[in-house]
Amino acid sequence: MAYSDKVIDHYENPRNVGVLDKDDTHVGTGMVGAPACGDVMRLQIRVGEDGVIEDARFKTYGCGSAIASSSLVTEWLKGKTLDQAQTIKNSAIAEELALPPVKIHCSVLAEDAIKAAIADYRQKQGASEA
Amino acid sequence: MKRQIYLDYSATTPVDERVAARMTECLTFDGNFGNPASRSHSYGWMAEEAVETARQQVAELVNADPREIVWTSGATESNNLAIKGAAHFYHSKGKHLITSKIEHKAVLDTCRQLEREGFEVTYLDPEPGTGMITPAMVEAALRPDTILVSLMHVNNEIGTITDIAAIGELTRSRKVLLHVDAAQSTGKLPIDLANTQVDLMSFCAHKTYGPKGIGALFVRRNPRVRLEAQIHGGGHERGFRSGTLATHQIVGMGEAFRIAREEGAAEQARLMVLRDRLWAGLSKLDQVFVNGSIEHRIAGNLNVSFNFVEGESLIMALKDIAVSSGSACTSASLEPSYVLRALGLSDEMAHSSIRFTIGRYTTEADIDHVIGHAQDAVNRLRELSPLWDMFQEGIDLNSVEWAAH
Repeated sequence: MAYSDKVIDHYENPRNVGVLDKDDTHVGTGMVGAPACGDVMRLQIRVGEDGVIEDARFKTYGCGSAIASSSLVTEWLKGKTLDQAQTIKNSAIAEELALPPVKIHCSVLAEDAIKAAIADYRQKQGASEA
Repeated sequence: MKRQIYLDYSATTPVDERVAARMTECLTFDGNFGNPASRSHSYGWMAEEAVETARQQVAELVNADPREIVWTSGATESNNLAIKGAAHFYHSKGKHLITSKIEHKAVLDTCRQLEREGFEVTYLDPEPGTGMITPAMVEAALRPDTILVSLMHVNNEIGTITDIAAIGELTRSRKVLLHVDAAQSTGKLPIDLANTQVDLMSFCAHKTYGPKGIGALFVRRNPRVRLEAQIHGGGHERGFRSGTLATHQIVGMGEAFRIAREEGAAEQARLMVLRDRLWAGLSKLDQVFVNGSIEHRIAGNLNVSFNFVEGESLIMALKDIAVSSGSACTSASLEPSYVLRALGLSDEMAHSSIRFTIGRYTTEADIDHVIGHAQDAVNRLRELSPLWDMFQEGIDLNSVEWAAH
């Protein structure tokens, strides 16, 4: 299968690989996928007091398209508010990376990871306010 | 672009230069282009002679009588002819067949077709871990109405070797036919059909440095095996398989098998050294496992799971090396290898597998290059892998509740 140049670029030079402290109340962690399905994404965001995403990090087990999808969304997330981040759609990820139909699920997984990370952050905030 | 290092010899092999030279002699007006079935002129006679020489060469590699060799288009057709041909001929004796879950699709899909026609098929589970199909498994599955057992000599994905001699003694004593798919074993293992109780054996040329599009089926004469033809036409190949014989392909297969007979043993010894060198290098990595028995395996195969690294991304990282994840026939799908699943591997270990198959043109320098690149790639991908993090933290991945998708 031939990969697009953008997938290859993100795969060979992944952006924002790493880990944030998952116990930090300003950090939201989303882990989606399953090893048995061949892909697992862990996406983390750190949100500032102003509600803007300051940092985003990922680690992904999966094919080149899965790694590229998660690398791309870490770039997109930085500087966005949570509400803006919530609107990122898998179709935009797939279009940006020119994913073939058989790899669309990678972009779906990346969207799920964003939603899971935001949900985790909001749950932590709710818990700490209570 | 620099050519990739080819380590996918179980998918196909290049044609040996000596084979290509013989083939080109059978194409043009100046060459041996006649129809081997033409009886009325010298063009036909010359072509027939070349075909019969090749038949002799194929028979010699496996110690059979040339009259037991039927030309086909390849191992897929040979498997179809053997299995359907025997089932259709002997159905009044019984309608039960035995095969295994790790056979090639050419056997499995043929068996599925026979099931649709009312036959019953038992699919043996290989021994967990090793992937071996044993005589005891076959014996336990035999029934009074069993007519045919079909097993591969060497598995295409994990390179494991089936003890066809012992299984042949068993099937012969029960008057059950034994068909063996030997697509992956010619030139790699000695085959002695005069002294092995195999009734039908499938061959192809393109995994033994011959051309694609040509194969053969061994059909035993004594005790005689009958088959119902699957392709009808001019009654070529004593009615077993009609169609004008492709002289250049056949001559190529003959030459390839001649070379295999003369040079195969030395070649296998050389490949064993290279294979061991490859494994010695790869096994320096943590959490790397060979799939299938290492001792009952051909020299040219190393199927490895790199735990916590996904196979497709690893292949992408090894961009100057041509390897496969699972077999070429199924790698278009995202499903993990059914062969590795049948061995009892978890989905994630099956997803993490790479098949390295080495052959005639593989050098020590190739192997050293592959080791270096694979180590770098695996380490890099593990740095990216959340599963590797969790493993390092001592988390049992089986204890995690994953959201399957």
